[in-house]
Amino acid sequence: MSRPWRRRHLGTEADRATFRTLHSASLASPALREGLTRDSAERSIRHLHALLGSPALALTDTAETLAWHGGGQHHADQCPGLAVATVERGSTRMFDRGDLPCDVPGCLIRTAIVSPLVVEERVVGTLQVFAAHPTAGLARAADEVSTWVSAQLDLAELDASRTRLMEAEVRALRAQISPHFIYNSLGAIASFVRTDPDRARELLLEFADFTRYSFRRHGEYTTLAEELRSVERYLLLEQARFGDRLRVTLRIAPEVLPVAVPFLCIQPLVENAVRHGLEAAEGGGHIRIVARDQGQECVIEVEDDGVGEDPDIVRRALAGDAALDSIGLGNVDSRLRNAFGDDFGLVVETAQGAGTKVVVRVPKFAPGVHA
Amino acid sequence: MNPGLDAAPGIVAVTLVTVATLVIGTWGLRFSRTTSDFFVASRTVRPRLNASAIGGEYLSAASFLGVAGLVLTFGADMLWYPVGWTAGYLVLLVLVAAPLRRSGAYTLPDFAEARLGSRGVRSVCSVLVVAVGWLYLLPQFQGAGITLSSTVGAPTWLGPIIVGMVVLANVTSGGMRSITFVQAFQYWLKLTALLIPVTVLLAVWAGDSAPTAGGGTWSVPLAAGGGQGLYVTYSLIIATFLGTMGLPHVVVRFYTNPDGRAARRTTLVVLALLGVFYLLPPVYGALGRIYAPELATAGRSDALVLELPRIMLDGPAGELLTGLVTAGAFAAFLSTSSGLSIAVAGVLSQDVTGRMWGGHRLGGVAAFRLGAVVAVTVPCIVALAAPNLGVARAVGLAFAMAASTFCPLLLLGIWWRRLTSVGAIAGLVAGGLGSGVAIAWTLAVSDPEGWADTLMGQPAAWTVPLALVTMVVVSLLTAARIPAHTGRFLVRLHTPETLDLDRG
Repeated sequence: MSRPWRRRHLGTEADRATFRTLHSASLASPALREGLTRDSAERSIRHLHALLGSPALALTDTAETLAWHGGGQHHADQCPGLAVATVERGSTRMFDRGDLPCDVPGCLIRTAIVSPLVVEERVVGTLQVFAAHPTAGLARAADEVSTWVSAQLDLAELDASRTRLMEAEVRALRAQISPHFIYNSLGAIASFVRTDPDRARELLLEFADFTRYSFRRHGEYTTLAEELRSVERYLLLEQARFGDRLRVTLRIAPEVLPVAVPFLCIQPLVENAVRHGLEAAEGGGHIRIVARDQGQECVIEVEDDGVGEDPDIVRRALAGDAALDSIGLGNVDSRLRNAFGDDFGLVVETAQGAGTKVVVRVPKFAPGVHA
Repeated sequence: MNPGLDAAPGIVAVTLVTVATLVIGTWGLRFSRTTSDFFVASRTVRPRLNASAIGGEYLSAASFLGVAGLVLTFGADMLWYPVGWTAGYLVLLVLVAAPLRRSGAYTLPDFAEARLGSRGVRSVCSVLVVAVGWLYLLPQFQGAGITLSSTVGAPTWLGPIIVGMVVLANVTSGGMRSITFVQAFQYWLKLTALLIPVTVLLAVWAGDSAPTAGGGTWSVPLAAGGGQGLYVTYSLIIATFLGTMGLPHVVVRFYTNPDGRAARRTTLVVLALLGVFYLLPPVYGALGRIYAPELATAGRSDALVLELPRIMLDGPAGELLTGLVTAGAFAAFLSTSSGLSIAVAGVLSQDVTGRMWGGHRLGGVAAFRLGAVVAVTVPCIVALAAPNLGVARAVGLAFAMAASTFCPLLLLGIWWRRLTSVGAIAGLVAGGLGSGVAIAWTLAVSDPEGWADTLMGQPAAWTVPLALVTMVVVSLLTAARIPAHTGRFLVRLHTPETLDLDRG
């Protein structure tokens, strides 16, 4: 007795073959999306092998074997040679018995079809299909699979470059702090060297600590306590320069100090506030930094009573318009969203002549975020 | 309740504490450091202050009223309650405090998610946090009813409503939200409110030529004890020793510590503070044996602490001391219920009220407020409707549930690398269902007799092993699903912060 419902349910034999193929491909793709490494090759090769159905399959980079699946393991040593030959040519190549010396009786592997894996027009490795006889179908399949793998690796490259871009932005931010701030701070310190040597020495030490923190290499996150300590040093140095013109109020709830925040996410906001606050002519500016505990979240506000800003310009700055001078704002915003999700972007409250308040909300816990 | 009762001191005390709480809640931010001097950031919360705050939030109606009442009725066996409530912190200190802090988790669901990388475990934990929280809130509200009825003569339903309203007003206005200073103050208020009266009462007792209770030693139960005493005692020990680590309002306070070392030091100080505090309620119990045995037979033993000053002392001195203990008791309800309501409301706002409902989503503050309303209203209504179990015993059930769910999760999560998310869920469900059924049974059966009722009335001795075994066995069966980051995560939990090491 046949079971027609099942047949109808799964479609024809050809349909089912398609589904199997798509399924194998979908199983292989997560590993490949991490780039071509020994680990990802080992995790994906089983599924690629299922796609091709040849006696054996190997993945290599340009110099050595990353993974082998199937029988005839003794041929694995020959893969690097085949890889080098294919990389030189840059297109799919067929190798026969002469290239695959073998003294194991009854070995099924007599020919190899080797396709290059190309990422951004550069050969990064090869896909090697081993079989008893070369057939046009197998060559075509090997070619198609290697193209698909290349596409996955391309996507991996895209992910990696997105991360690199983010890191580069942080580095740019570190570099951006330095030039005029370093110049101005050193100038201010120099003015104290004769009149108040002790203060000059203290400021110089603060300066050293500040730069050490800002140029720190490791770790994407830090605690709010560390970040605020750096902000304090920064303000101390600015106050050395501006004296009474810069007034600062800090109100920090000690409960939120251990919260993990993206490295250098408050400092650029304070720097913006100092710049805006002091542009307000005569009396100088007043800056308020508040960190509050709100149950599951921590709220940090940086406020100045300066000239304020056109909300449209702020909107463009947050969208990452590089033409504006507050690059820091857009960068901090995107890093906050990246770490905690889109609910946690910067909120800027401002208008012409009304001062500026920047509000940062940070959850006390987010998976994967720790100082 | 008590005809001819002078309500004045009680009313004054309750009003004072309520007003003070609301004022501090509303204007509380003014107390937090306002300063323009530098190095504020380096002033993290010191272990001693944090420990006082934990003590303030932890010492609930059960500790303030319940222990004395239990000792009065059931004798020295009941000292296991205060011993267990203190020793729970010893287990916490040795096995959990530092790794939990290093995990970076704020709540228990956070820890589950970070450790096992699974939203499923997180949801189960959230449900359990709400269950434990409500179970713990219930006796707080009932205790408030007792307090008002025995000091002011108000009807029993008034207490839960007043405490519920005050807590709700506080929590939703954003007040008292983990302001460490306020909670720390609550501990010292509670300690003073017990210490001064007990000193005076002991002096009265000594001046009375130190009589002893009639009829045998003071440690023998007044009420007839069953044959299941040994089981009940061991079950109680398991529940209290292992339950403390699973209390939602205690766990969140550990986040305030800057690192694992500070978390350990905090726990050590908590042990000392609780040790001192728990010396006092049994003294009330012992004095009650001598001067007020009729409270036990009348079934109003929970009111012992409140009524003893008036029974032993006449005139304004007795009234003054009554006012003091009433204030302490009210502070106990308010601080514990605030902490619990915040914890429950936080979970509700994250996983229930903050979700999409009919294509519409509430914002953070609105979701939290709605969560707070639900978090307070439900146990308040239950407190009005449910039978009075005795404050300490009801809290004991909350401990039993925490011990049979979060304790296995924390212990295995921290110390066993082969825990899987499926195993964790299975264990949590097994422990939660087991203790939940037992609690429902206990609430439904009015006068317990026989082994079945005993097993249900004090379930920890069988639900904790049940949950642990389920978690281990199911984890071993699903060994393929051990989270990939387990090794790295455990390294982070167990390495001191001073070690320079890539914790990525």
